[in-house]
Amino acid sequence: MSLDQDTIRRIAHLARLGVDEAENATYARSLSDIFAFVEQLNAVDTTGIEPMAHPLDASQRLRPDVVTETNRREQFQKVAPRVDSGLYLVPRVIE
Amino acid sequence: MEWEVVIGLEIHAQLSTTSKIFSGASTAYGAEPNTQACAVDLGLPGVLPVLNEKVVELAARFGLATHSTVAKRSVFARKNYFYPDLPKGYQISQFELPIVHEGYIDIDLDDDTTRRIGITRAHLEEDAGKSLHEGFVGETGIDLNRAGTPLLEIVSEPDMRSAKQAVAYMKKIHALVRYLDICDGNMQEGSFRCDANVSIRPKGQKEFGTRTEIKNINSFRFVERAINFEVERQIDVIEGGGKIVQETRLYDSDRDETRPMRSKEEANDYRYFPDPDLLPVILDDDFIESVRKTLPELPEAKRERFISEYGLSHRDAVVLTSSREMADYFERATETSGGEGKLAANWVSGELSGLLNREGIDIDASPVTAEQLGGLLKRISDNTISGKIAKQVFEAMCQGEGDADTVIEKKGLKQITDSGAIEKLVREVLDRNPKQVEQYRGGQEKLLGFFVGQVMKATQGKANPGEVNKILKQLLSGD
Amino acid sequence: MHQKSLSELAAGLRAGEFTSESLTSHFLDRIKRLDGELNSVVTLTEAQALQAAREADQRIAAGNAGPLTGIPFLHKDIFCTEGIRTSCGSRMLDNFEAPYDATVSEKLKQAGAVMLGKTNMDEFAMGSSNETSFYGPVKNPWDRERVPGGSSGGSAAAVAARLAPIATGTDTGGSIRQPAALCGITGLKPTYGRVSRYGMIAFASSLDQGGPFAGSAADAAVLLQAMAGFDPRDSTSLDRPVDDYTAGLEQDLDGLVIGLPKEFFDEGLDTEVRAVMEAAVDEYRKLGATVKEISLPNSGLSVPVYYVVAPAECSSNLSRMDGVRFGHRCENPKDLDDLYTRSRGEGFGAEVKRRIMIGTYALSAGYYDAYYLKAQQIRRLIRDDFVKAFEDVDVIMGPTSPTTAFKLGEKADDPVTMYLSDIYTIAVNLAGLPGMSIPAGLVNGLPVGLQLIGNYFEEGRLLNVAHRYQQVTDWHTQRPAGYA
Repeated sequence: MSLDQDTIRRIAHLARLGVDEAENATYARSLSDIFAFVEQLNAVDTTGIEPMAHPLDASQRLRPDVVTETNRREQFQKVAPRVDSGLYLVPRVIE
Repeated sequence: MEWEVVIGLEIHAQLSTTSKIFSGASTAYGAEPNTQACAVDLGLPGVLPVLNEKVVELAARFGLATHSTVAKRSVFARKNYFYPDLPKGYQISQFELPIVHEGYIDIDLDDDTTRRIGITRAHLEEDAGKSLHEGFVGETGIDLNRAGTPLLEIVSEPDMRSAKQAVAYMKKIHALVRYLDICDGNMQEGSFRCDANVSIRPKGQKEFGTRTEIKNINSFRFVERAINFEVERQIDVIEGGGKIVQETRLYDSDRDETRPMRSKEEANDYRYFPDPDLLPVILDDDFIESVRKTLPELPEAKRERFISEYGLSHRDAVVLTSSREMADYFERATETSGGEGKLAANWVSGELSGLLNREGIDIDASPVTAEQLGGLLKRISDNTISGKIAKQVFEAMCQGEGDADTVIEKKGLKQITDSGAIEKLVREVLDRNPKQVEQYRGGQEKLLGFFVGQVMKATQGKANPGEVNKILKQLLSGD
Repeated sequence: MHQKSLSELAAGLRAGEFTSESLTSHFLDRIKRLDGELNSVVTLTEAQALQAAREADQRIAAGNAGPLTGIPFLHKDIFCTEGIRTSCGSRMLDNFEAPYDATVSEKLKQAGAVMLGKTNMDEFAMGSSNETSFYGPVKNPWDRERVPGGSSGGSAAAVAARLAPIATGTDTGGSIRQPAALCGITGLKPTYGRVSRYGMIAFASSLDQGGPFAGSAADAAVLLQAMAGFDPRDSTSLDRPVDDYTAGLEQDLDGLVIGLPKEFFDEGLDTEVRAVMEAAVDEYRKLGATVKEISLPNSGLSVPVYYVVAPAECSSNLSRMDGVRFGHRCENPKDLDDLYTRSRGEGFGAEVKRRIMIGTYALSAGYYDAYYLKAQQIRRLIRDDFVKAFEDVDVIMGPTSPTTAFKLGEKADDPVTMYLSDIYTIAVNLAGLPGMSIPAGLVNGLPVGLQLIGNYFEEGRLLNVAHRYQQVTDWHTQRPAGYA
């Protein structure tokens, strides 16, 4: 299993990670190593085995439909990098 | 070349809950920006979702009403993509195992036939926030109040063959979710909106053509226009030798056109996987049966009952059951009228609907209540007034002049039923028109209408028309 | 004073031998004096600590103190603390003053425990050596050229150096047990769902679990008691009563059946560490236990399974770090894409980026079945091995880590080798079982940890088994030179 630098570029973009060219080469190498290591899973026959998403066989608990939260905008926006008039600001989005 | 249009709809219905799908923040519409976005809705580091029990019940209700399977086990998955109105960088939705799957509804077509539209699935998911483009130079403002609002996404099979059918389907689902009391159906506020998947293929071809997806259409009118535009565009492209590109398009109602969405240009790879913060939703038979017991009478059942109970025509029954509000109005009016179902049907689908359309208001906001209309119909059936006079009374009721009895009394519109008085009037009319009497007796019997008209004119329409007819015939043949 | 056990401290407070304020000052002084080199604390909350200590003193005076009232502790910087920076060891959250308390933070506050500060950790808990922190590596107090283990390296080093009597940690693949082993202290990862994850910044949601660090099993029992419990805000929280961990400590071990998985004693294990294990097992025989060899045939696959599952979950969990609502935001983004890629590119360190990319790839179209689904299937096989083993044994024992603490930088450039440091701990997280590490010896002056693995919900039993051992041995009382 070997990942080339184009693949790294594609994944980095999917994950919105700024990765420069030098880093790209390093990641191509280490991710290739890691996936080569992971490759050993393919040797296991898993036919008919239910994937295990949770350690415990529990089911989802439900909460009653009641409002429990109050307006805490001021506290929440204190940690926001850029707000105006109660809105979070981002560079213009074009639809 | 003759083309066949293939349409499938994905309808997003906001579920009527007081709190959000995964948090205890309010879902009320119209609050100041970000005042109803709690830590969970904002996706702050460390927060976790807990599922609202109401959404499960509402989704199950929809499933049972559409002959669908309500899944005993459904799973929430994460749909990963970056967008500023999506705080966590993923939307919690359902992917492989939705809560509702494989059902159908029947839609009524213009030619009084029905068409069965398959429902592939209906799954629960959280809504995103809103991007506000006005008011900031070079920037967009993000309001996350709507983030986390529960949605039921209802996905149809590609079973519709025209924009009209698509609208009929959307209206049917709209009526149904309101019948079921699971969504307020408010399209202005975005509580009910749809995406349309549209493709065309040469008539007779089995394989589907390449489809485009038109996003976020929020009115019945726009659905029809957007699909029609898109169909024309696709025909033009193909007949011009081009190929349809599978893409997401936006309907611009101002220009009445669809255009590709720039923000969705990149081929999406959503990397769905089961959300490890949530566990499988397990529903047992007892739960499903308990939901079934809460189901109201559904449109089809109501329609059949209206036909058998009130003797309505199929067409009238369809119209009157098109919304729960209209059906309720009709039944209340019938009850107060003393059981005049057919009469009530005529009035509700005639005068009342005309009025509501003219004024652009919902039946809930009608200036004449169902009980008031029933009161009016009662006076028609007991011969206090004629149908014609009733229209006058109705107009006055619309203007807020009171209920039927008050208007009739005040304006002196009570019908003349005393045969002596009517006979006197008839004689006067005959005396004034000797020439016409001669002609009638000479065989021109269609002049009867002329005499009736004269009598009615003399009484300002208050004479009982049946009585007038009877006496006229007697006197004209008698001498 | 800093060598006292929790019960001694609580008794001293109640008897008025010292106040919480003086106790707190004592530990604050130690941190200021000794942590310069260790770098185990990233945020010292001196003023808040002294204030909390004074309140605790009032509560003690009023006679309604619990076992943790007035006791100082250090808190891993992964737990949100309202109004106090919660960095998770990352530049991304260097400016993040959490606007709310994690459930664990809230519970410790209610218990009257006094938070001295927040501890250093691998960035977003991704690491086995505490070298990936934005705030620099933590040094092992036993040998400051060596790593303390990770990711809860700051908490482990601080307790080993007695900068606090107890500390919190989290364990996704060994992040409590491995640093506890490498620093010579007691650490416990509870059953998945026993401690609320609400407000504990997620690395891999289906594996993460908070737990205690302490000088002994008895002290760990007290801290776990305060941390554990059902939380309606966490869908994966266990809705069942919490055992009384202290009450069961003294239970006799006569008849205890210990399972030794042969896979934990293969050629990968350091021979000297093996000798320590054998000595510890002998000690248990003397306590009345019988020993059985068992097999966990699929446990050898736990590292590759983990390095698909954990990065997949983290790649999604960390998407919320986007420079919009909190955290690092790049200067003058030219468009939305630039805002995302640069904020995240600058905010995350190399290992975090690597794991996000591993996970993104493993979940991407065309690879999901081959990696993620496959890994989740084998995860079940690994779990089933344990379920089967626990039909025959009460507790499973083995090494926590294949080696003692390694040198700083030794494995930093080789991720696969680094990942293998957790070879004995990861399977426990995949299965969701409780696991513990206790000091069982020294090799070349460096601590060796004995790992105890219990059946589901049996953290009480683990504490009992560990406590009985600590009553007859003194490895847990050994202190690194210079920190006595």
